[in-house]
Amino acid sequence: MSEAKVLDARGLKCPMPIIRAKKEIDSIQPDQTLKVIATDPGSVADFQGWVKTNASYELIKQEEGTDEQGRRTFIHYLRKR
Amino acid sequence: MKVKERSGIDPAIQAYIDARLEEAKGDRRENRVTMVVFSGDLDRQLASLVIATGAAAMGMDVSVFYTFWGLGALKKRRRLKGKTLKEKMFALMTPRKLSSMPVSKLNFGGVGRVLLKSMMNDKQVTSIDELFSMAREMGIKFVACTMSMDVMGITQEELMDGVTLGGVATFLGDAACSRVSLFI
Repeated sequence: MSEAKVLDARGLKCPMPIIRAKKEIDSIQPDQTLKVIATDPGSVADFQGWVKTNASYELIKQEEGTDEQGRRTFIHYLRKR
Repeated sequence: MKVKERSGIDPAIQAYIDARLEEAKGDRRENRVTMVVFSGDLDRQLASLVIATGAAAMGMDVSVFYTFWGLGALKKRRRLKGKTLKEKMFALMTPRKLSSMPVSKLNFGGVGRVLLKSMMNDKQVTSIDELFSMAREMGIKFVACTMSMDVMGITQEELMDGVTLGGVATFLGDAACSRVSLFI
């Protein structure tokens, strides 16, 4: 999957990941994908809620991983419709 | 059962659908959140700003009405000139700005507030002042309740620029078209 943009939201706490994501997604074209890397475990439910109220974005996939610093990361792929 | 009834839509059902469609047309709800911020507690103000900025990030329109103790969040300076004695006393006894508000629990004369702020800083949580300026950048509508301003002797010069002045109808007008309304 190729992303138009990648947002590094690691270390950011609520509500910053969605605020940054909103700014980034506004700058991409329809059908393009934004990848958000976060460390906040709340971001998983947050992005699910985010797409619920807004039909212009679609949550394609959410993954969990570990970054080079050993932090647990939550990766979200959002597509602009 | 009559053949006629089976082939088409029952007139009663049709009438019900038509009525519901008319009702739906009259629904003026927007994708809006409206909040009343009554509290002058730092923690409650923080909660309201997290919800407001979060909603704006989700593409929702946001209106926040500041009334009574909540009004302190909109103050940019304290001006005693032109105030009556009672108003001066009130101005001196209330916080001069958002970040000097007390916390609702364990304030201990301001120690609790300092502790909370430093803990927020340790955990890299966005500070309340940053959230407030972010909320302004995101185009959130801030409304100051004129009745409370009047009672407490707060003038428009003491409030930040770009704040709308309004009353109960301003709030209800927005709340009536909102999907979410909160009183904090």
